[in-house]
Amino acid sequence: MDWQGQKLAEQLMQIMLLSFAVIAFASGYIMASFQMMILIYAAGVVLTTLLTVPNWPFFNRHPLTWLDPSEVEKHPKPQPSANVTQKKKPVKK
Amino acid sequence: MHSYGYRANALLTFAVTLLAVMCAMASLSDNRNSPSPFAHVQVLNVNWFQNQPSGADEVSMAMNISADLQSLFTWNTKQVFVFLAAEYETPKNSLNQISLWDGIIPSKEHAKFWIHTSNKYRFIDQGSNLRGKEFNLTMHWHVMPKTGKMFADKIVMPGYRLPEKYR
Repeated sequence: MDWQGQKLAEQLMQIMLLSFAVIAFASGYIMASFQMMILIYAAGVVLTTLLTVPNWPFFNRHPLTWLDPSEVEKHPKPQPSANVTQKKKPVKK
Repeated sequence: MHSYGYRANALLTFAVTLLAVMCAMASLSDNRNSPSPFAHVQVLNVNWFQNQPSGADEVSMAMNISADLQSLFTWNTKQVFVFLAAEYETPKNSLNQISLWDGIIPSKEHAKFWIHTSNKYRFIDQGSNLRGKEFNLTMHWHVMPKTGKMFADKIVMPGYRLPEKYR
């Protein structure tokens, strides 16, 4: 997932769970059935899991632009310079 | 949110937290219930009334117990535990409470009942104080919830009296 996708996944998860909790409680209360509340909420948790945990394509609509391999070869990785080792040499007065 | 495990963990944590909130709200909703219970006990007969070799008085009696506890049930009620206690005063104890009968009511349909029974548990005194004793029969109940707070209450029925002599 890309960054935007991650944000979408988090928001979608929170909104969905909250909505199902509200709907489940309201339904259970109105129907006077505790079991109905639990069933609706459990279904909501499963649905949210299916929608937000797997790496769906719509979470990758703003992919990160990594550097092309052919471009990488044109700019060799800088080597650590010899000066670095001299830093610790004690300075004689 | 960069991996399956991360997202699954966040989802489960939030889901369980919301479940706890829903259960708390369900328990709070029980406070909106204002029950109107009814109970009546008729002592039909004193089967026997003796002073036991241990020195304690004991009485066995037959009763008609009738009650309507349907209004105690809410959507969050698992069961109602009900028991009948005899209450009286002696010189040694300001209050004696003895459970004579109890039962579990699993649903609203079973909450309106009429039973004919002798005392399920022994009515024994800590001494020989029961002759001619006036006592109350108190029906206690505990409304046990599916989740959250348990409510307990009672109905006191005064005016019962044991025989003057052993029989």
